Amino acid sequence: MSRLTPLALVLCLAGPALAEEIFVSNERDNTVSVIDGDSLEVLRTFPVGRRPRGLTFSQDGRSLYVCASDSDAVQVIDPETGQVRHNLPSGEDPEQFALAPDGRTLFIANEENATTTVVDAQTRKVLAQIDVGIEPEGVAVSPDGRTAVTTSETTNMVHWIDTQTLAAVDATPVGQRPRFAAFTADGSRLWASAEIGGTVSVIDVATRKVVETIAFAVKGIAADRIQPVGVQMSKDGRHAFVALGPSDRVAVVDTATYRVESYILVGRRVWQLALNAAGTRLFTTNGVSGDVTVIDTATFRPIKTVKVGRFPWGAAARPMSSAQAPDGRAAGAAP
Amino acid sequence: MGSSGARRPRMRGGLRAGPRLAVILAALAPIPEGQAAPAPAGPLLTIQYLERRVERPVPVNNEDPIPDDEGAKGAELGLRDSNATGRFLGLGFELGATIVEPGDDIRRAFRDLADRRFVVLNAPAADVLALADLPEAKGSVLLNIGAPDTRLRDADCRRNLLHVLPSRAMLADALVQFLAFKRWSRILLVSGPAPGDALYAEALRRSARKFSARIVAESRYDPQGGDVRDTALREFALPTRGPEHDVVAVADEAGAFGASLNYNTASPRPLVGTQGLAPSAWGRPVEAWAAVQLQGRFRKLAGRAMRPVDWAGWMAVHAVGEAAVKARSTDPAAVRDALTAPGFEIGGFKGRPLSFRAWNGQLRQPVFLLWPGAVTATAPIEGFLHHRTELDTLGLDEPESACRAFSGTSG
Repeated sequence: MSRLTPLALVLCLAGPALAEEIFVSNERDNTVSVIDGDSLEVLRTFPVGRRPRGLTFSQDGRSLYVCASDSDAVQVIDPETGQVRHNLPSGEDPEQFALAPDGRTLFIANEENATTTVVDAQTRKVLAQIDVGIEPEGVAVSPDGRTAVTTSETTNMVHWIDTQTLAAVDATPVGQRPRFAAFTADGSRLWASAEIGGTVSVIDVATRKVVETIAFAVKGIAADRIQPVGVQMSKDGRHAFVALGPSDRVAVVDTATYRVESYILVGRRVWQLALNAAGTRLFTTNGVSGDVTVIDTATFRPIKTVKVGRFPWGAAARPMSSAQAPDGRAAGAAP
Repeated sequence: MGSSGARRPRMRGGLRAGPRLAVILAALAPIPEGQAAPAPAGPLLTIQYLERRVERPVPVNNEDPIPDDEGAKGAELGLRDSNATGRFLGLGFELGATIVEPGDDIRRAFRDLADRRFVVLNAPAADVLALADLPEAKGSVLLNIGAPDTRLRDADCRRNLLHVLPSRAMLADALVQFLAFKRWSRILLVSGPAPGDALYAEALRRSARKFSARIVAESRYDPQGGDVRDTALREFALPTRGPEHDVVAVADEAGAFGASLNYNTASPRPLVGTQGLAPSAWGRPVEAWAAVQLQGRFRKLAGRAMRPVDWAGWMAVHAVGEAAVKARSTDPAAVRDALTAPGFEIGGFKGRPLSFRAWNGQLRQPVFLLWPGAVTATAPIEGFLHHRTELDTLGLDEPESACRAFSGTSG
């Protein structure tokens, strides 16, 4: 301990360890599993509300937000102890959400009643409920904070929300069953996956028009089993990782050419994706096999499978120290 | 939550009996205040729901009776969903509902429809054919949600007739794929007295040949209107006695005795078919692939569980709605073209894109193998392969179907 600088010592006291942690929601177990970013072992598992799906962190990493869908709440949880600090009003059946760059405005998709609920996480007040299409699911906020989007799975559209007026201003039809949306880091493009359509639509944010539709093909896998769900941009922005559901693959797409560079075999029915803070490892939630595959993003190879709870759904890396850039990136909670 | 009160579709009257009473069930859902979605730019697209009421036997075992609004409620939910989607594109839909009592003339009811471009038909096969052959139906798209008869997808197919409900052939193929996978391929078949039972049994025989299973013995059972519950313990020993078999398959579509056959077979064998492990288009335990969302919306609307014909009713209207979205129009000709275009694919909460077979108008779809407690398996079962899509291992494939009405190319 004598070699620790005072700063490091303070950090040790203030926060837990410097090591990184990845949080995974287990939809069927009503729990969250915490994976150590170095050892890739499950450190702890704690109970949360019913049917946890989307999860994300406050920018300082001190609060974990979990969509407890069947409890009709977004829970604010101490990531250390797993204690629920309080619930946020979320509207009915919250599935996914995204935290705006202001660090306090949450955009929540209410799957059952076709709305997006906007909540101020500090005052715990509902700011607005916005009508969108049927079964809203994917949510993302643009990096400049001006635009939020919700995808609706049965209406098959991306709904554009002006974050100043909190009104839906436009809708862009995409492929069947759009499940997830992610902005590129520069905010110029939005990627939206279509689970039944089998494609990812790349939308020009300025014109709200689809500029590219990416299709996938895996040898030996029937086309209708290739079902894109989670999308995660690489740290350097050169690649996008796309979870392909029951084909048990994650596609690596070149973001400049939209060409698929490789397909990585993971666990069964891969849903969501999360990067660690450094962007060196990708964590995939594999719903049917009940595990998480850890992928080395330099080699695009899986390095470990970590057993978690039943139906792991979302994943999020916890921002751990001030030395690292705060990063609330999370599957089920695009930044 | 929110403005839900304002968003409920208008109901002008309820469903009523009588062929001449066509009720507009629900028009475009009013757009709540502050909503950016535009009002429908063009005219509403009218979809008709036309049902022949049929007499149902009284349930034997205190089962919930088949609801009077089976199918209609599914179509109504389909309309709501279509309007919820359409409003973002300025497209609106309305649903007319007509119920024809037993003995009344369904052809006259069809002719009386003001707009008959898209008609969701919940009626027996004879009615379906009678309507499809009417000169007034020449330009119509009829969507069959009530008749599982394989012949309508075979030699008796019609150009203006699409099938949303799976055929008996698809149901039987799903079941026999499951049996083949389990290597439970020796089947003892017990059929009931109704004409539908004979067709169901024939579908099972055909599937057994297709997937190398074997019907080792067959028997017929007719409760003759009697109450089998008190005598089932002894009564079923005889019809279920036979050479070595792995399962007892039952064909009893009306539910006259099949439920009592379960656990009353001569040998300890699982019961499969219309009772026991049953292949179905939909059912209460179905929840994967976000089906739980559809189940929840339906239960909220209808106050009961969604049944296979309800799912087909929802799917039929949803398909027309999605075709309109694809066409960006409510012009009937444009919607019809989109609906029947070779690449048209739609979601249906079954985990795969669904589409209409180009050779007989059947919606290709997974089939669930259910018992009341769970989804035991979903067909196509793994290992049954097809060069086009595994879904085409269920039902009449292109070379098997005698349908020639669709002269188009395969797809």
